[in-house]
Amino acid sequence: MWKTIIRRILIMIPQLFVLSLLIFIMAKFMPGDPFTGLVTPDTDPNRIEELRIQAGFYDPWYEQYYRWITNALQGEFGDSYSFQVKVSTLIGERGLNTLWLSLLSVTLLYAIAIPLGIIAGRYQNSLPDKLIVLYSFISYAIPTFVLALIFLFLFGYQYPIFPTSGTVDVQYDPGTWGYFWSKVYHLLLPAITYAILGTTTIIQYLRTEIIDAKRMDYVKTARSKGIPISKVYTKHIFRNSLLPIAAFFGFTITGLLGGSVFIETIFGFPGMGQLFINAISARDYSVITALVMLFGFLTLVGSLLSDIIMSIVDPRIRIE
Amino acid sequence: MANIENLLTIKNLHTSFRIKDTYYDAVENISINLNKNEILAIVGESGCGKSTLATSIVGLHDPINTKITGEILYKDLNLAAISESKFNDVRGNDIGMIFQDPLSALNPLVRIGEQISESLVYHTKFTKEQRKERVIELLNQVGIPNPERVVRQFPHQLSGGMRQRVMIAIAIACKPAIIVADEPTTALDVTIQAQILDLLKELQAETKSGIILITHDLGVVAEIADRVAVMYAGQVIEEAPVEELFNNPKHPYTRSLLNSIPQMNSENEKLQVIQGLVPSLKNLPREGCRFSSRVPWLDANTHEVNPVLHEVSPGHFVRCTCWKHFDFESAEGGN
Repeated sequence: MWKTIIRRILIMIPQLFVLSLLIFIMAKFMPGDPFTGLVTPDTDPNRIEELRIQAGFYDPWYEQYYRWITNALQGEFGDSYSFQVKVSTLIGERGLNTLWLSLLSVTLLYAIAIPLGIIAGRYQNSLPDKLIVLYSFISYAIPTFVLALIFLFLFGYQYPIFPTSGTVDVQYDPGTWGYFWSKVYHLLLPAITYAILGTTTIIQYLRTEIIDAKRMDYVKTARSKGIPISKVYTKHIFRNSLLPIAAFFGFTITGLLGGSVFIETIFGFPGMGQLFINAISARDYSVITALVMLFGFLTLVGSLLSDIIMSIVDPRIRIE
Repeated sequence: MANIENLLTIKNLHTSFRIKDTYYDAVENISINLNKNEILAIVGESGCGKSTLATSIVGLHDPINTKITGEILYKDLNLAAISESKFNDVRGNDIGMIFQDPLSALNPLVRIGEQISESLVYHTKFTKEQRKERVIELLNQVGIPNPERVVRQFPHQLSGGMRQRVMIAIAIACKPAIIVADEPTTALDVTIQAQILDLLKELQAETKSGIILITHDLGVVAEIADRVAVMYAGQVIEEAPVEELFNNPKHPYTRSLLNSIPQMNSENEKLQVIQGLVPSLKNLPREGCRFSSRVPWLDANTHEVNPVLHEVSPGHFVRCTCWKHFDFESAEGGN
């Protein structure tokens, strides 16, 4: 298995190389250059021209690409024009915020969806099942930004239980309990919003899987052994029904590191999603290329992670 | 069979399924008994209710859509009217079940050893070590080589025959008095079928248990059974000791079944078939001889109005009176 994992990682290198070429070429095609933003009415056009030559703007594209990629490999993506800091510092900071938000969101998501899915599947057609299905249809039908705005209005403005933006209150020092709780407090509302919107898929998947599994022959075998029905569920039905959810887990984790554009923007949460949108509207190319590169990398890692998880939970699958 | 000791008595059993809001009998008024140290075969074509009968005995029907009336008497219990938790003390402990397709009947995510020892957890006071020992002993008993390795394996790592042996090990784990085998050889290829039948016979001789064997394969019946009940459309239409049934079949359905087995040495190239189809559960006529639609050339008054089982010789029962008028020559003429 280790051999396969290493091979899969090695295959990522050419994939990432192609991705980087595409990103670089697209960035070159986009209008503007690093100095466009610096131009003021009294800037001498000749001076800008000089700066462009100095920065290597007129060098052949492959030389430019070589410079970019060698720097990128060392984690050096240049400076952000709009934020005036190093791109790596910026992404590190925002990535950390998004990471905390994601962890809380995913925990809440599974904590809500798995019990509901199990209840709905086990007691199919009962009143609780009907209510859960109704809930999941409603949460599926609401667009992200609508629910986020409703929550923000209700719990941030009308009944100000939660803060409406930011990641932490300023009066706390890093490392103290107050700081930690303030952070969690700021994360809660966006995380709950995210979790509620994500539950539909998991609930529906789990419910159908359990209903299908109930009719399986191996469940009959288990019952013919005289095992109590609750044990049949925990040992033979739930475990098998959780497989497809485990298969998505890798993607879910890495997908969340990309952040949620809507939720982060509406809740004023400085994470990756918000950074991406801001960078695009500010034409901050060095940030955009670095982010797209990172998202591509995360997707590849997610698919590998999913395969590894599958091979652990399902003995029939061996990655060879 | 020197001393006949009754194990299980089924009296007037009806098992009906709900379609929309009406219940239809899939098993209709069956009375039969199983003796100790006996293999009772129940034969019939698809849809005749034989698997429904087996599932009723083990109590695995979905209670929402199924209604069971009548009596299934085991020791001093009526299994047809027992609570689910009480039934759990009987299932696996006193009655073991073997299913048709061993691949789908084993949980793909659970190791073989665990699947076998599961029933030991609930029906014995064995310690973990004792259970482990018992599992190895069982695997040896059903003829699985290298049991120490197999206990740690998963079902997909075994061949079809090995899987069915594991199924049998599960069924006999708690030394049940009764084993219900629902088409145990249907999903296996012919050479493996013979091995599994030999194994069942061997185990039965060892444990003196009673086996109810559900099958549609008359070859299997001839090979292994002591007594046979032939089912058609939810009813037992003929019941006899195995030799009597093969030498002296009475009911037109039994005779047609035996006649439809292809013979290598027969000059007749044409495959013998039974006319018509088994009526579906909903369209089944609930009065008169169920087989009458398959033998249309027989006069209506050759059938009984309410066909019952008649004992034609000791231990040989036949339903209806139409068999007295049935022969294959008239069938040919009827065509």
